[in-house]
Amino acid sequence: MSDTPSTPLPAPLPAAGNLSDAAREELRRHGILLTSLEELYNWGRTNSIWPLQFGLACCAIEMIAAATARFDIARFGAEIFRPSPRQADLMIVSGTVTKKMAPQVVRLWNQMPEPKYCIAMGACAISGGPFKQGYNVLKGIDRFIPVDIYIPGCPPRPEALLNGLIELQKQISAERLTGPGAARHTRLELPSEFPVPEYGAHDLAPPKNPKVWTPAPPLARPGKA
Amino acid sequence: MESLEQIRDRLLARFPGAAVVLVINPGPAAEHSLLLDGTHGRDLALCLRDDPALQLDYCSNATGIDWPDKEIVDVKKIAVPDSAGGPGKIIEEKTRRLEPGYLEAVYHLYSMALRHGPVIIRLRTGNRSDRVTLPSLTPVWRSCEFQEREIFDLYGIVFEGHRDLRRLLMWDEFKDHPMRKDYVDPDDYEWEPTPHDEVLERAKAHYPPALPPEAPKP
Repeated sequence: MSDTPSTPLPAPLPAAGNLSDAAREELRRHGILLTSLEELYNWGRTNSIWPLQFGLACCAIEMIAAATARFDIARFGAEIFRPSPRQADLMIVSGTVTKKMAPQVVRLWNQMPEPKYCIAMGACAISGGPFKQGYNVLKGIDRFIPVDIYIPGCPPRPEALLNGLIELQKQISAERLTGPGAARHTRLELPSEFPVPEYGAHDLAPPKNPKVWTPAPPLARPGKA
Repeated sequence: MESLEQIRDRLLARFPGAAVVLVINPGPAAEHSLLLDGTHGRDLALCLRDDPALQLDYCSNATGIDWPDKEIVDVKKIAVPDSAGGPGKIIEEKTRRLEPGYLEAVYHLYSMALRHGPVIIRLRTGNRSDRVTLPSLTPVWRSCEFQEREIFDLYGIVFEGHRDLRRLLMWDEFKDHPMRKDYVDPDDYEWEPTPHDEVLERAKAHYPPALPPEAPKP
């Protein structure tokens, strides 16, 4: 489901002292809540992810279905679809990204404040899908912006989107605020905005951002290609 | 509704200078069509729309076709008498000629008033490079506006008399016409997980050089 394996629960944090989870649970039963700032911060962010309200193709219909009463994305705190990128935490790229639309998608991503996350929903947003060899279809939005969760499907069912959201919540709750493994948005040297491609004479210019995307090694076996 | 032959004859009777050719579709669909000439195209189309017996008031579809240059081999059989008095030989003489390509705009017409159709009309350009102008039928059928823009975008036919001829699907800076047969798309085949056929050929250009074969183990 996600590109990274689901993260194991973090070890007890230093701020929580040397108490074991069972001891903290015992204290919690007596009305004493022990936590760390990091845990509290991630808990809050995890349960109120505000997605950006935009859809590109048929996957958007499934995204809308995920917001309706039957599937109810509000159970996970992500029901507030924001019409402005300035207020959104999550970009769900739901559908085919045409080359004509790609600069606008990158621009929306640049306008979102950190911390921000990206879900590539469906085969088209991942790789171009059935339209991969089309003359106007971008072969995956990850050529221009970093993607946190990939959801396969054509289109993915609303349950799959909810599963992707849960995976993203696991990622967020495991993020560290300090130290060498700190989250992306806490490290100022990492880019938050990415160059918007221009419309070229034959293709987007540049056709991909090599700092974000490098092709996986081909599946052909050495010596056989 | 009249047959296409009758429509053609009536058009020719009304416009003596025009050229209207019946194009037969030999396939099972048998969607025959009328090929109109470019100079009289709009007058003929207006006649089809306003003729009381036809009243083709609705253009449901306009699309383009690209016919690239085609090499045709003519085979001529020549009987050569044998000088020794034996039976004559037959020699095949092959001549190759290049049939120049052209672009075509196809319109499907119906009559909402008389409930008949479709009547299919075609317009052909002179060639595929510099004589690509056709009369726009948007003044005749308003529904052609976006579809002629799409034909202009994807095939490169320039419609004269179209009031807003811009690209529709591709961006304005784009130079090619992607639905033409000789269009070559940009080489973004770096990562093809399941390549086959043409895609495999183009993906191979991005493969790392093949490793030298391993030395046989002693």
